[in-house]
Amino acid sequence: MSLSLAWDPLFRLPLATALVLAAALPLIGAGLRLREQWLSSLGVAQMAAAGGVAGALLHAPLMLSALLGAALGGAARAFVGRSRNEHYAVLLLAGWSAVILLALQDHHAGNTAMQLLNGQVYFIALPHLVGAIVLVAALLASGRWLARRLLLARLYPDHFQANRQPAWPHELCFEALVIAGVVLGISTMGVMATFAMMFLPPWVAFRLARGWPRALLLSVLIGMLACLAGFLLALSFDLPFGAALVAVLLLSVPLRLVPFRFGRPGG
Amino acid sequence: MSAAAPLLELVEVRAGYSQPVVGPLSWAIYPGEVLGLQGVNGVGKTTLIKLITGAARLFGGELRRAADLAITHHWQRPERPPELPVTGLEMLRVTGARATALPARLQALCGRCLDEMSGGEFQLLHAWGCLTAPASLVLLDEPTNNLDEEAIELLLAEIAQRPPDRAVLLVSHEAEFLQRACDRIVSLCP
Repeated sequence: MSLSLAWDPLFRLPLATALVLAAALPLIGAGLRLREQWLSSLGVAQMAAAGGVAGALLHAPLMLSALLGAALGGAARAFVGRSRNEHYAVLLLAGWSAVILLALQDHHAGNTAMQLLNGQVYFIALPHLVGAIVLVAALLASGRWLARRLLLARLYPDHFQANRQPAWPHELCFEALVIAGVVLGISTMGVMATFAMMFLPPWVAFRLARGWPRALLLSVLIGMLACLAGFLLALSFDLPFGAALVAVLLLSVPLRLVPFRFGRPGG
Repeated sequence: MSAAAPLLELVEVRAGYSQPVVGPLSWAIYPGEVLGLQGVNGVGKTTLIKLITGAARLFGGELRRAADLAITHHWQRPERPPELPVTGLEMLRVTGARATALPARLQALCGRCLDEMSGGEFQLLHAWGCLTAPASLVLLDEPTNNLDEEAIELLLAEIAQRPPDRAVLLVSHEAEFLQRACDRIVSLCP
């Protein structure tokens, strides 16, 4: 495995895009974990994939139809009120079933399904990188405001209702970030790698870090290191990137067994 | 005290969920006042708190709120997140609660994550966060649950030292705590 592979002009754009997403997706995943909605990333990802495959059948643009699928998943979450992981399980099963059934309808839809499920990082174009950068910029711009409101809602659940303050601005903002992250993720890394990127780094970081900012930083660090290692592993051994990335991310899980947290207990 | 406009006024209020469980009753709470609600289990004390926060329904009467009413609400059983790397200090800061010149008992909690605290420690921190946040009305629902004597004394001292315009609505089944904390007590009858 050689780092020089990563700088080959052929692979610069895919690696840069994957690394930018590897910074964004764990941050969104941390928000989902804070809200105990960690399974929703897989539910929304499957719905987005279903949207993308349905779009392929209708010859509609892939990203647009995937966005619509993800938005449908988000709307379903909003419709059932305060969602729980059981609802997201239903969502992901519905999305998975739709992907498989729609993929059988024609060759193009079948190829699209394979691309979205397994990822197509080597075939992405500049708009993917631009989209990933815009996503990170949106996360940075909204981060402090959004984090405070999500934490407030988690720790004092009726704060907004009691004070007759609208919760929809942060709910809508967070939902939009989830949808954008998932759609960019599945069109780059694939469904399961996107889910792994949103689930595993925050899961490890929440156990290891003391303090919210440290947990976010550690999530990003784990995500980006795993992304780089997974990319080099995939290139070196001619493996599918998504599967290689998930395998590397899984290596971080035993870190949860470390018997202390990083960060000074004094604050 | 009654010369000022009430922060909150209940007029012949009947409240509940799918059907009324409490009322009709009328009372008001004024700026700077500590009002206690007492009554046997199931009489509807928490339902009245939830009516104020919007989680319970108004079936009759009128609930009047001051236009600039800002509320913090300490739940009867605040849920401690199972695994969350948020420290005690961050939890206080998120509400804008006072995080300086803390009593030693609370200072010791500031650097610990919420999931590293006992149920009583989290309860104390949550109640403190509500009491010292910049709100005009603090709702404390059974704040002494799981608390030892020292923690209860801390809450009583902070209630006594509250800013002059901050009101506290206190629900507790502990008569002595209510007597020591409150300016006035409303008894709810079944």
